[in-house]
Amino acid sequence: MNALPGAIPARLAEVDAAGWRATGAAVRARGGRLLSLWAADRRDLGEGHVAFAAFAGAEGLLLLRLPLANRDAPSAPDLSDLFLPAVRLQRACTDLSGVAFEVARDPRPWLRHGAWPAGVHPLRRDFVARQSFAPVPDDYPFVSVAGEGVHEIPVGPVHAGIIEPGHFRFSVLGERVLRLEERLGYKHKGIEKRFETLAAAEAHRLAGRVSGDSTVAVAWAYAMALEAAWGVQLPARALWLRALLLERERIANHLGDLGMLGNDAGLAFGLAQFGRLKECWLQDNARLWCHRYLMDAIVPGGVGVDLATEQHADLHEAVTELEAEVLELRAVYDEHAGLQDRFRGCGQLSPDLALRLGLTGIAARASGQARDLRVDFPVLPWDVLGVRACTQTGGDVAARVALRFDEIAESLRLLRAVLDDLPEGDCRVPLPAPRAGLGLGWVEGWRGEVLVALETGADCRVRRCHPHDPSWQNWPALEHAVIGNIVPDFPLINKSFNLSYAGVDL
Amino acid sequence: MARDASFLLRFAPYCVFGCMVLAASIVPMVATGLPFAPAADVIALVGLLATARVFMALAAMDAGTAFGSMGARREMLVAGLAEPALLMVFFMPSLIVGSTSLTTIVETLAYQPFALHPSLAFAAVAFVMVLLAENARIPVDNPATHLELTMIHEAMLLEYSGRYLALMEWAHALKLMVYAGIGIALFAPWGVSPAGRWDLVPAALAALAAKLFIGGLALAILETVSAKMRIFRAPEFLGMAFLLAVLGMLILLLQGPPR
Repeated sequence: MNALPGAIPARLAEVDAAGWRATGAAVRARGGRLLSLWAADRRDLGEGHVAFAAFAGAEGLLLLRLPLANRDAPSAPDLSDLFLPAVRLQRACTDLSGVAFEVARDPRPWLRHGAWPAGVHPLRRDFVARQSFAPVPDDYPFVSVAGEGVHEIPVGPVHAGIIEPGHFRFSVLGERVLRLEERLGYKHKGIEKRFETLAAAEAHRLAGRVSGDSTVAVAWAYAMALEAAWGVQLPARALWLRALLLERERIANHLGDLGMLGNDAGLAFGLAQFGRLKECWLQDNARLWCHRYLMDAIVPGGVGVDLATEQHADLHEAVTELEAEVLELRAVYDEHAGLQDRFRGCGQLSPDLALRLGLTGIAARASGQARDLRVDFPVLPWDVLGVRACTQTGGDVAARVALRFDEIAESLRLLRAVLDDLPEGDCRVPLPAPRAGLGLGWVEGWRGEVLVALETGADCRVRRCHPHDPSWQNWPALEHAVIGNIVPDFPLINKSFNLSYAGVDL
Repeated sequence: MARDASFLLRFAPYCVFGCMVLAASIVPMVATGLPFAPAADVIALVGLLATARVFMALAAMDAGTAFGSMGARREMLVAGLAEPALLMVFFMPSLIVGSTSLTTIVETLAYQPFALHPSLAFAAVAFVMVLLAENARIPVDNPATHLELTMIHEAMLLEYSGRYLALMEWAHALKLMVYAGIGIALFAPWGVSPAGRWDLVPAALAALAAKLFIGGLALAILETVSAKMRIFRAPEFLGMAFLLAVLGMLILLLQGPPR
């Protein structure tokens, strides 16, 4: 077991099939979680396929590397009985890389919707990305619920509103939800395959487009992975500015969510007010960083745009104004009986279940899991800024709303701290000559922890890049949160999680 | 439009629209002595609204989609509770006036010497609650939502497009107008022109415009400050409307027989 470079504590261990499961069981026994799971094709280097699993524990990241012997039909041991998020991660890995998981409990495809035939695996090196296939019928067997009076409501992937595509299959008894089954993958765009054609020093632009609302988090994770792989030391100013951008993204998304949550409960006033605040915030982004959602603001080696000293006063003022307005709106939300009646007790996830499901991000913190990378692994700049962890214990929609209010207040405090103590110096350093390497990036985005695993080739290109969105962990939790609730409450529960479709469909 | 649905899906919009036009031509908003007024009293008016609803729910289930039957089911839940409350609201002015004809009610209430009717205040509150529920307004339904799982009225219209959808939407707007008209006729009939007095019609039109403006403003404020209820709170909400109407009735009976 050897330590990986980079600020985040991370170790790499090469294991055999028995060690893969044994390590998984040991991690689980010590309260660790499975973060992500993927495979890489190394047959062109004279090796076989390699499966990777990233675990999070109290000591940091643990990356397991499992070389697979069979070059044509590789298979790895199943981890889904130890970690629930492994079910979908393994199904996606089977679809894309053709790695079978022995005794996997769910052999159905996940991302393959009939756009390419079974037996074809887009992430293998010998797959030509430009080819297309005749569509094949897609008979996806949903789990059915039997019983008198039970019927199914299929919803999506085309919805009545303009939202991302996802299919939800409800089994209901009257208005009560007995079971929900999600089906995602409608937005599969082949991002991981595309990464392999890009120069490593430029692929942060693609990383920033994995999930538009988390562009700062994913781009930072990508840059962090590349900087770790190439051994780049960042100036303090660059890190402080990245923290500023990340907190701005968190605030913008929380403002938008709070407005939408009010609107989904029928309170259009909330949408109008929070919509106004978010719009002003985004316009400030556009003015100072040339992009409303801060795309491409983070580049490997630092940040793309520096902040002039005369802009500090403007930003300070915006922070103070927003703080006052959010406080006022929080009082409105808290005291609105109709709204609280919709929020309280709706879509409850107990702390115990949240722990077993390995939840992450705001969904975990609203269910009493004090889990925040900025607090747990306070690398620069978080150690200096001193992030306070926000948690709520209710686990319902009301808790997720309250947590968003808490986090906005904390992020505004952090923004002030960054503006007050912004170190002088360069905001960007030149990158060294490209070399082959492996690096991990791990960032607490607004939705949860974003992981990027990057392997660069000797030829300046990305060899394999796996961006992991926290929604992988939290989508299955949504299926649990709606059980026993009534059908018309689902949109509200769904919005309170606000998970990414694009980020997991890749 | 669904190809495998029966004629009902195409027929329902005309039926619903016809019912609403007839209802609108019965309610005296500008003048009494309307040509269709003798055709139906308040009880028949409730029946007319119910007919429209039955066809709408049948058409919603006809296409066979999950949302259509979900909307129809919820609509019937709301309607089954709103209708008795609406009838109780109608009975109160009917008892005061001694007639179930809207024309007689308006003529008596508008031209009698000023009198306070506490029971009508209860009826007015109950009527507003029924109006909100029956016209798919917040807090019972959300007419602006795009979330198909939360819809009541809109879910029944998801299979409609083109002129059928237009007719349904028009009928829905007419329904709100009918309810506003009933509210005005029962609780604010001042300014309505009596039968045969054409010279008073312009003033009556101006009065109607003013009343509708105030009513619209009140509805907008009410919808802005409230959130949508959970659907299973609707029975409590409408039960409250029914209870208020019954209280009004009790007060009326306690006051003794009308003069």
